[in-house]
This record gives sequence, structure tokens and C-alpha cells, in this order.
Amino acid sequence: MTQADSEFLQRDRSIHPPAFTPDYKTSVLRSPRRAMLSLQSSLSEVTGPTFGHSELGPLDNDLILNYAREGEPIGERIFVHGHVRDENGRGIPHTLVEFWQANAGGRYRHRNDRYLAPIDPNFGGCGRTITDENGFYYFRTIKPGPYPWRNFLNSWRPAHIHFSVFGTGFAQRLITQMYFEGDPLIWRDPMVLGIPDRSAAERLIAPLDLGAAVPLDMLAYKFDIVLRGRQQTLFENKLQGN
Amino acid sequence: MVQPLPTRLQETPSQTAGPYVHIGLIPHQAGFDIFETNFTNVLAGPETKGERIRIEGRVFDGAGSLVRDAFIEIWQANAAGRYNHPADRQEGKPLDGTFRGWGRTGSDFDTGLWFFETVKPGPVEGRKGHRPMAPHINLWIAARGINIGLQTRLYFADEAEANADDPVLNLVERGPLRDSLLARREERDGTVVYVFDIYLQGPNETVFFDV
Repeated sequence: MTQADSEFLQRDRSIHPPAFTPDYKTSVLRSPRRAMLSLQSSLSEVTGPTFGHSELGPLDNDLILNYAREGEPIGERIFVHGHVRDENGRGIPHTLVEFWQANAGGRYRHRNDRYLAPIDPNFGGCGRTITDENGFYYFRTIKPGPYPWRNFLNSWRPAHIHFSVFGTGFAQRLITQMYFEGDPLIWRDPMVLGIPDRSAAERLIAPLDLGAAVPLDMLAYKFDIVLRGRQQTLFENKLQGN
Repeated sequence: MVQPLPTRLQETPSQTAGPYVHIGLIPHQAGFDIFETNFTNVLAGPETKGERIRIEGRVFDGAGSLVRDAFIEIWQANAAGRYNHPADRQEGKPLDGTFRGWGRTGSDFDTGLWFFETVKPGPVEGRKGHRPMAPHINLWIAARGINIGLQTRLYFADEAEANADDPVLNLVERGPLRDSLLARREERDGTVVYVFDIYLQGPNETVFFDV
């Protein structure tokens, strides 16, 4: 049986981008070069922060309305939903999922973004939610636009939404990005191509999900997230007591 | 052929938090106000038990330049050495209802400085059969150019005795590597400050953990 306090399966780093991915130039000077020290889980890793519904506002998962001022934001209205599970396939209930993105023109509401596309006065570009008792989440937003960035001269990020997820232990902490089915920029992107395993990278591409679309209103994309799982052996994996 | 093992799902790959991580996680630093409740770098409330401390530091890249867009989270036990989480069942260590033990912040865009206002954690039980862990704070660092979040631990330089017995510190070579995990204590106008600089790369590279 998996226990909520049992230690984590070792992380399979072959499905993650390594620290040093030279085609993503900023990683060159920001990548540790020494071997990381592998630790067995202690209480410091199997525990992690918990969040309550009372900490969130009613519009926190509605990016169409949560910054609307004079009207609604410009762009393609979409519904994004998915299941947060661990590697053992169990839904992770009541965990915080946060997301942020550019607007429909590919511009971020951020003091450091100087891209010439305009800020949308009615779009903030961030939101958050807590998974339900089975680990499902959803929010609605505007489909973000692709945008150029300083890497190679013609580097354009594919349209994407950033995700931050917690899980039940601090060792599960994950930030990732969701891409959209059919975007021709995906397989030219040094961040996507930094993932050494193509099938792993494909798991960041959300399929169009007409089954969840709202007719005459919104298309839908489904983005499932898998966090690390805990060991299931019956022996030796209890951290405390007998 | 052998019997097949049950297949597991594979973890979702990490991607960098990017330069605009502030929008989603600390929107005030991006320059706007959107949520009623914001998660901050102040962990300790007026009623929280324990010694008030400030921890602060800067992050440096492999050229020695300041990383001014780093994003940092901390997770720690309370002053009694208890994590505010159901998996922590240590006996004789009370929970502190005013203390979640978690916070987040970003490096200052100009000075590169980050800081948290918290309490000094107590020692925490080690893995079964091991000595207790010295007081420490777990850090998680994400930023543009960091492809997967980096985990490290801040230990307190003035806890020499507890540090000498710590089962994790004892896995790290004595000398500069182990010292990279020690925050030095200062006192400024009556405030206790622990300084913990993080080096992503280079001769002083911080020890990071694969947890």
C-alpha cells in the first residue's frame, strides 16, 4: 500500500531536460555542473505545504473575468482541464495548481516584457485553482499567442501556458509548460527540444478536446499532469516509528 | 521473457519557469494586483512561536553575475521542529496553527536580494535509525535558464553541534561543499539575519540535492 508518508520513487531524470541545454542559451551560465547529491526521503521531503479553498477568490480560475475592467479580453476563448495524478495513477486531491501566460498577442503583463504587441487592458494572465477530491482541475482563459524571444534571431516560443503544481510532498514540486496541439513552433523550441525523450515532450502537448468544449462559446484543451509517486513496498519505507 | 511489471505513469517533464514567473506566482512583483490573497515571503505572524529571523541572500550565475529574476520557495518546520503536514507525526512537538512553514519570493530586479521573515526551525527527526536532522530550511529555486527546479537546504552556521551530527550534512564532503549549505548569522539593529548566497555554477557552486 502507498502511504501518504512513504518515501518517493527516485526521480527519472531521463524524461526531464538536463540543467545544461546550450540551445537554450540562458541555461549555459545557470546550470549547475556538479553531480547532485541523491537523498533518501526524510520528513523534509515527504511533507509539503497545504492550501485551503478559502485562500482563493471566486474568479481565480477564470482568466477571462479575473482582470476584466472595461470589457472582456481579446482572443480565442478556451477551457483548459485535466487530471493531476501521481506515477502510481492516483488522483491528487486538494492540491494547488497555478498558471500564467501571455495574452492573445503574445505579450505578458510584466514590467520586464518589452515586446511590441500591446497589453490587453482586460487581461491579467494568471490564475489558480485547487484540484477536487479526485484530482481534477479546470479553468477558462484566452488562448495565448506565440511571441519572439532573444535566443536565436528568429526564436519564437510556441503558444504555451505555464503551470506550477505542488502535490503532497515538497519533493514533488514542479513547474512546467503546456503546449497546444498542432502548433508548428513546438518542435523548433529549444525548451521543448531540451527534453531528451520525444515521447516525454509529447506529454506536454494538450490535445483539442471537443468533448469538453462549450458550443458557440469556447474550445477546450485537456492537459493531464503526473507528479512523482511514492514507493509501494511493504518493508523499509516507513520513515517514522515502527 | 519474464513476468511483466505493472506499468507506472511517467512524471510530467519540467520546463523552465521563464522570465515572467512573477506573473503567476508573485504578481505584485510583475507589477499588478489581481488576487485578494497573495502568498508572500512573510511566514511568521505576530502570534507565531519561536525566534524571529530574517533569511536573505542573492543568487549568482556561472559568470558571477547576479541572477535578478530568480524565484525561491522555502519549506520548513516550526520552532518545535514539526512540519505542518499530516505525515509528520513526531511526538511531543506541537503544531503552531499560525505557521504554515512555507513562503515564496523573487530576487529584487535591481539588487538581486531575496529575503524571508520567519522563525528559526527546530531539529526534525531523521529517517528511522538515523540521528535527528539539525535545524534547516528547504529551498526550491526556479528561474529563466533553470530547466528543472533546484532543491537545496539552508543550515545555520551557529548550530555547529547539531550540524556535526546531521545525517544529510554528513553526506557532503567537509570543506567548501559543506560550507555552501551554511547560512552565516548577523545581527542588524536587533534583527537576527542569516545570509545564504546561492551559486548556480562555478568554483563556489552550491550543493543541490536530487531528493
